[in-house]
Amino acid sequence: MSKVAIIGGGIIGVATAYELAKLGEDVVLFEKSYFGSGSTFRCATGIRAQFTDEANIRLMKYSIERWEKLEEELGFDINFRQTGYLFLATSEEEVEAFKSNIRLQNRFGVPTRLIDMDEAKEIVLILNTEPFLAGAWNPKDGKANPFKTLFAYLFRAKEMGVDAREQVEVVGLEREGDEITAVKFRSRGKVERVKVDAVLNATNAWAPVINEMAGLKRDIVPIKACKHQLVKTEPLERGQAEPLVCPPSWNDAYIIQDGEDGGIICGAGIEHEAKSLDDVEPTYDFLRGVLRYALMIAPPLRYAHVIRQWAGFYAKTLDNNPAIGKLLENFYIAAGFSGHGFMMAPAVARAIAELIAKGRSKVPLDWDWYDPYRFERGELRTSAFQIG
Amino acid sequence: MIEMSGKVIVCRCNDVTAEEIEELIDSGVTDIEEIKRLLRVGMGPCQGRTCMPIVISILARKTGRKPEDIPLPRARVPVRPVRAGVLAGGDDE
Repeated sequence: MSKVAIIGGGIIGVATAYELAKLGEDVVLFEKSYFGSGSTFRCATGIRAQFTDEANIRLMKYSIERWEKLEEELGFDINFRQTGYLFLATSEEEVEAFKSNIRLQNRFGVPTRLIDMDEAKEIVLILNTEPFLAGAWNPKDGKANPFKTLFAYLFRAKEMGVDAREQVEVVGLEREGDEITAVKFRSRGKVERVKVDAVLNATNAWAPVINEMAGLKRDIVPIKACKHQLVKTEPLERGQAEPLVCPPSWNDAYIIQDGEDGGIICGAGIEHEAKSLDDVEPTYDFLRGVLRYALMIAPPLRYAHVIRQWAGFYAKTLDNNPAIGKLLENFYIAAGFSGHGFMMAPAVARAIAELIAKGRSKVPLDWDWYDPYRFERGELRTSAFQIG
Repeated sequence: MIEMSGKVIVCRCNDVTAEEIEELIDSGVTDIEEIKRLLRVGMGPCQGRTCMPIVISILARKTGRKPEDIPLPRARVPVRPVRAGVLAGGDDE
């Protein structure tokens, strides 16, 4: 049994702690604030396999298969529901692009199909069909509760002996040659250290800070914190906009009915570079901008009251694909999820845990595609399709 | 403290009871930001105005802290619910 330190108590770190404990490893997990405080607890809850490249489609197909069994495996209600994703086209060219994406998704077993606006209206009762020509619909996509999911993983991880610490900040890494030998952390004002056999950097937007502690170039994996925001309406009757509904040509705007209380979550690609890693201040331009799109997608929403607005980070890499893999002999990274960490977590956590514990993984994760050194080599992937 | 017998609704927006809050704290979740999200207290239309002082007093009592040492969860805009149509403005703008 080896000692593995995980830095970052978001969904990736916590789920990986669970998977490593299942493989018999001795895990210590550090979260500098409260669990989920980085990006996980600010996400829009969506889970989809509708990507536009083979690596992300295959990874998400596998992840959704894990999501389907997760509630049973963890023994907690995580409110995973396959309510679908509906992308809407506003031009003939976009319809053609949808068709080619659908062919690719179908080839890897994702059952997306092109639907007309009559069918779309049956799926989304409050939809304004007028601006749209067709939809790309995958009924297997869905959503889950990020709070409950993280705590379900955390509870089971702790049960298996994971030492999960919150409000404990990692302040340094000790390195000998190509190996990290110890982690220094501050707990209640006192700096302590623990010897480790392996370390995972699962800090998403904060990952460059940790990479620097490992004696690597800060930008070996370039990750930028981009402020993304959401607004939410008061709870509405269920079944009016359960799927995530998104016309990508409208600045990636989308609506999705929250699986918990039925409020409508509204998002858009109205993005701001974060002023610092503490900058989660909502902005007025977003509030107004996102609602203009939301009301064009679903006009009856104009009568709903907006009750909250919040911000979080898309931890974006240069190609919007995460960096997953090995940076040093025993120093690993799974970060830079660019808005897709929650949906990918069940797959990525298992893959990276197996890589750390066994040196290889059965998860269909394309290690070359997500190679953290690709940026250093000046190699970029096609940009992962953004949104929810 | 009033006698807590039967069901006491603390969060009226999301129907959360005192018992549920105490149970969660007993299970080891003592961070107000985590309690808020797991039970959705303070995440309804009243923005926590009704429930948050009570949640904090329960948390303080159960963890031996002073209520004033427990920070309030971050407040969200809008402070009061506003119609989406009003915020989005008219078509002429």
